[in-house]
Amino acid sequence: MTYLVQNWRSVGSLVVEHLWLTLSALAIALVIAVPTSILLVRIPRLRGPVLGLLGVLYTIPSLSLLVLLIPLLGLGYWPAVVTLVIYAQLVLVRNLVVGLTEIDAAILEAANGMGMNGWQRLIIVEFPLALPLLLAGLRIATLSTIGIATIAAFINAGGLGMLLFDGVRSSNQEKIVAGAIAVSLLAFGANALLRQVERWSRRGLDA
Amino acid sequence: MSMLVADELTKLFPGESQPAVDAVSFTVEPGEFIVLLGPSGCGKTTLLKMINRLYEPTSGRFFIEGVDAHDMPVTELRRRIGYAIQQTGLFPHLRIAQNIAVVPRLLGWPRERIEARIDELLDLVGLPREFRQRYPRQLSGGQQQRVGLARALAADPAMMLMDEPFGALDAITRTRLQDELMAIQRKLHKTILFVTHDIEEALRLADRVMVMKDGRIVQFATPLMLLAQPEDPFVAELTGASDLLRQLSLITVERALAHPGLQPSTDETADLTPLHPQDDLRLALTRLLSVGDEGLVVVEDGRTCGRLTLSHLQAVLRDPALLGAQR
Repeated sequence: MTYLVQNWRSVGSLVVEHLWLTLSALAIALVIAVPTSILLVRIPRLRGPVLGLLGVLYTIPSLSLLVLLIPLLGLGYWPAVVTLVIYAQLVLVRNLVVGLTEIDAAILEAANGMGMNGWQRLIIVEFPLALPLLLAGLRIATLSTIGIATIAAFINAGGLGMLLFDGVRSSNQEKIVAGAIAVSLLAFGANALLRQVERWSRRGLDA
Repeated sequence: MSMLVADELTKLFPGESQPAVDAVSFTVEPGEFIVLLGPSGCGKTTLLKMINRLYEPTSGRFFIEGVDAHDMPVTELRRRIGYAIQQTGLFPHLRIAQNIAVVPRLLGWPRERIEARIDELLDLVGLPREFRQRYPRQLSGGQQQRVGLARALAADPAMMLMDEPFGALDAITRTRLQDELMAIQRKLHKTILFVTHDIEEALRLADRVMVMKDGRIVQFATPLMLLAQPEDPFVAELTGASDLLRQLSLITVERALAHPGLQPSTDETADLTPLHPQDDLRLALTRLLSVGDEGLVVVEDGRTCGRLTLSHLQAVLRDPALLGAQR
């Protein structure tokens, strides 16, 4: 704890790095996952193969994936982001696909019968109804991204992982504890915040 | 001009040998309340869903106010036709006001007009305006169905399609909603196509009933005609046509009194339980039997307008002209 207090400036900049890595990876992951999910909902026979592939990617240990990408992307920020985006895909796509396909058929029939076109139905009806499940997926993805981003310090991507690796290298117990506490606080905070967003997205849906 | 003209409408679903709807032709006039009646699988819902093109006909055409529906953009066609279904299909994430406003929004109505319309519709279907801000789940089944009705009426469509809208409600709520739908219909004169498998509901609501079986129309006639002159053993069985009480329940006292074959009675003995001209003859018969008198006085607004006797009832049941007339 004393380490955190005494070095708040450098820890603070590591937190900012960690957040930046996490948020940019999640943003990119969402931009990929949303259209992918819509595609999988519209073309059901793609669902099995694509979710299977994402499942396989998800099982690769994160450290190996980071190292595997070094020959392609080198060290630093980008290979770390690519890795995080890949890990987030499975849970985001799976949750959004389930959210979109589980909508009551009567609701979709009403939407069509009232004269909505495909886009209007997606924006007015389908997406809002799938949002709670997407946000639940996003929360899980955020927590795992914060965790995996710690390991990304191994390939010089920065973030709070630096504290941990430095601590291990120099046998500095305080640094290790400080890093662990900081990452945990970050994860707790993100979890609490996203839970609130999820609750807001469910208004009207729970009786 | 006829509201709806169907010409040899056919729907054959892929992989099936029998068409769900088989070369069906009919005409519906503006303001008619048509009930599509038949057992499940008879094609009534399929026929209904062809009218707003949720199902595209395999062959045949239909015309709405003279225009071939196939030539209209499908979203435009649907926005012009009100649509209400059994499961209500209310959007659970939208408040009641937003649910009602969907079609007007799609049509690009200005905001003030939409807001005024929501209040007007809530009044019409008998829901308090405070319900605007509620979500569908916070309402009872009957209340949700009222919202479904308001939503279907939102853009003031000339035609409404209703697919067993009261099918999931308890008997008391269903009867109440039927009454209110009839009251609304007397006010608005929509052309309504209403699907049900409930014979009582069909006889109660319809100007004309379209009885369907195996994708074909078996008979398309007034409720009274179905009971009095079923064209098919199937119709007779379905409607229980031998049931005199049912026939009597569809004729008003007023109509029986106006029957030309009978002299108006002049006997004006005061009666403890006078009839009203709008009472049906089933009620009249029940009263006649329980009172044990030969006739009952008919009173409207304190004025005696006639005396109904058993011979009125007999004359009515023997008269095909009266049976053919609409209520």
